[in-house]
Amino acid sequence: MSLINEAKGLIKQNIREYGMYIALIIIMVTFSAATGGLFMSSRNISNLINQTGYIAVLAVGMTLVMVIKHIDLSVGFLAGFLGAIAAILMMRFNVSVPVTILLVLVLGTITGSFTGFLVAKMGIPAFVASLAAMLVFRGALLMVTEGTGTIVISNKAFNAIGNGFIPDFVNMGNLHVLTLIIGIIGIAAYAWSEIKTRNDKIKYNFEVISSKMFTVKLIAISAVIAYITWILAGYNGLSWTVVITIIVVLIYHFITTKTIIGRHVYAVGGNAEAARLSGINVERITMTVFASMGMLSALSGILYTSRLQSATTTAGTLFELDAIAAAYVGGVSANGGVGKVTGSIIGAFVMASLTNGMNLVGVGISYQYIIRGIILAVAVIFDVKTRNRSK
Amino acid sequence: MSEYILEMNNISKSFPGVKALDEVNFKVKKGEIHCLVGENGAGKSTLMKVLSGVYPHGDYEGDIVFNGQVQKYSGISDSEKAGIAIIYQELALVPELTVYENIFLGHEIKKGRLIDWNETILKSKELLGKVKLNVDPSSKVKEHGVGKRQLIEIAKALSKEVKLLILDEPTAALNEDDSENLLTLLKELKSHGVTSIMISHKLKEVIAIADTVTVLRDGKTICSKSNEDESISEPFIIKNMVGRDIDNIYPKREEHNIGDVIFEVKNWNAFDYKQGRDILKNIDFDVREGEVVGIAGLMGAGRTEFGHSVFGNISNYKLSGEIQFLGKAVQLRNPYDAIKAGLAYVSEDRKGDGLILMDDIKQNITLANLKKFSPNGLINKNEEVKIASWYKDSMNIKAPSIEQKVGNLSGGNQQKVSFAKWLFVSPKLLILDEPTRGIDVGAKYEIYTIINDLISKGLSIIMISSELPEILGMCDRIYVMAEGKMTGVLSSEEANQEIIMQMATN
Repeated sequence: MSLINEAKGLIKQNIREYGMYIALIIIMVTFSAATGGLFMSSRNISNLINQTGYIAVLAVGMTLVMVIKHIDLSVGFLAGFLGAIAAILMMRFNVSVPVTILLVLVLGTITGSFTGFLVAKMGIPAFVASLAAMLVFRGALLMVTEGTGTIVISNKAFNAIGNGFIPDFVNMGNLHVLTLIIGIIGIAAYAWSEIKTRNDKIKYNFEVISSKMFTVKLIAISAVIAYITWILAGYNGLSWTVVITIIVVLIYHFITTKTIIGRHVYAVGGNAEAARLSGINVERITMTVFASMGMLSALSGILYTSRLQSATTTAGTLFELDAIAAAYVGGVSANGGVGKVTGSIIGAFVMASLTNGMNLVGVGISYQYIIRGIILAVAVIFDVKTRNRSK
Repeated sequence: MSEYILEMNNISKSFPGVKALDEVNFKVKKGEIHCLVGENGAGKSTLMKVLSGVYPHGDYEGDIVFNGQVQKYSGISDSEKAGIAIIYQELALVPELTVYENIFLGHEIKKGRLIDWNETILKSKELLGKVKLNVDPSSKVKEHGVGKRQLIEIAKALSKEVKLLILDEPTAALNEDDSENLLTLLKELKSHGVTSIMISHKLKEVIAIADTVTVLRDGKTICSKSNEDESISEPFIIKNMVGRDIDNIYPKREEHNIGDVIFEVKNWNAFDYKQGRDILKNIDFDVREGEVVGIAGLMGAGRTEFGHSVFGNISNYKLSGEIQFLGKAVQLRNPYDAIKAGLAYVSEDRKGDGLILMDDIKQNITLANLKKFSPNGLINKNEEVKIASWYKDSMNIKAPSIEQKVGNLSGGNQQKVSFAKWLFVSPKLLILDEPTRGIDVGAKYEIYTIINDLISKGLSIIMISSELPEILGMCDRIYVMAEGKMTGVLSSEEANQEIIMQMATN
């Protein structure tokens, strides 16, 4: 009984954080039932995750932008434009894949810094600065694809980024062994870090959940990771997109939780004046966050272009809104200072699952937009209400 | 009908923990200029807020009788309807709108359902004439300086057929010519039958213009005296304003050694871009090692601005002058430079720019000096916990854990977190801006004890405070500021409340 009570209390206290996991589970169960299990099939889940990659990396960058109370509307067309640049570099100038990727990432960082410069140094509201940038990048995308129309990419190595899977070292029929091993390592790493955090907290007499509850939580989350690994291993294994996304999330999670610069980002979002008086260079933090957004836009462009195996004239349309929605659903506060990279990733999957499920069930595209809009509004209402209560 | 247009009888008003007004009696005769004076926090503004309906009927005790009738306002609009207009220090005009739009904002002249602009402009011209202001009514308010804006505010009040005009420190931000103008206008309005209440810190003005002077102190009416033939003297007002004993709320100070000058500011001037005026004028200032130097003065004297300017928070200012710190000239371009040089600044506005309320105690304490325990930019969280725990214990911060959100702490504990944050940067000179504002007596005592402890360790302190007893009880030397200038410096032996108040109202 006490375990259930504790669980209830825990959910009540962390309703905002658990809310999106609960939403994700509800969506998955509902669509599984509606599609007779098709939704949770290996093939569909693999597809769903790979489709989310290019939005997920944008959501990671957008989280930081929104934590410092700004917004970046230019990321969609920047991704589209840089994807086209990548295609042109490879197809017209025969630049090798690694060099292309490097150049495009650098280009993204530079353009992102420029938007950041407009916001931080020139004092232009981010909404306006990035809206202007969005128009510029849209024009630039049209310009570079004008002559040729869609640029088809025939480079196999590049296309593998968005479509390929990691190789396996033994042949076990339908089961992807390396994926399973990575999954097991992942679970071990997760359990180890949770246990270490808990022990540290106990050492300092901080409040921790009871050991029973902790065990339940540990097993539950490990089970989820194991289940997803199992599903993926049943269909080609981990894709390169997933590997790249996981690496990006790990890096950004590390930066935001363990480093000075990460702490400074949250301080600027929490109270910019207090941060300035504490000796933090608010302008520099702002520039850095926008630069990182630019770099991730470039990565998103690479993932998308590679997935389509071509650069199109409309690539990147509305990516920014998907990324912003993912961040909001994932618990980034509209008032700044609050939001986790990991939350935004879950948010991205909530939105993607919704789309994917509705496609499977056969909901018309017009209704899909309306439903996604409603879900976004509900998520933010939920956020505002639960946050007010905690005050 | 009595001779009084306004009688406020036995008004009491409490805030959590403080009695802001305690049985205040305040009577204003018809057609007079009545000046209300008192120290910061004496209750003047609260009294005016009760009168204008900001604190509605039921929120206070006592009666307001206006024009012979008991009034029960439930909001500002009620008092406005009755003919009371209040003009605050921070003017309530919309800079981007024109003068005539502002004058009739909220009570537009209508023809049918639409605004009659021609009539509006015509009436505005008339009103501007009444306040002797020669500006184009179609110009935008932002084109005009503070002095003219004040007059536009008065024109706005007149447009509502005002019977009682309340001015809250109208001349605080004005230069001498503009002040002169305004006072002349008040006299003129008086001859047209408008009654005025003026809150002011400038006693010379008060004596020159008032028919009656009422002094408030600690939420009580101390005296209300007619000023026939300018019979009231400055010392009389000051005596009534301060006349408070310093209670025994200061910890005993041990003998401490005061060393050489470590911090010296010379010829310091600042121009504020936002306000468009000089806010600091020719300031010379120094602090010795192990010394507590007070800066006294009234609201708006420029004390906080001075604190910010020497701490490098200068993006709004154009500065000139020099700072010598620890024996060499330093250029502090931003707070980072200042912190690195050995300065720390505990802000007067904990919630606004002092702390990050949504973050926990430990994050706030370490924010200004993360580098100290973060090799290669990686935060050592174990070390962070140790540091924060140490400060929590040694400063006696009352909270269940260092993971408590700062926004949930009491004012006193928030202030201790603020202190801890700034002590953690190991400063040589600590600037305290209103260190005990909004905290209770017990916590105040603890803060004073911390201050004494710090100077015994050789730290130097600049203490900006509006509470004279605090300044007198804690400081070795006291600078007094008025209108952006240092108007005097006193040793703790020669200082008393009267002298300080005289310099501050200079």
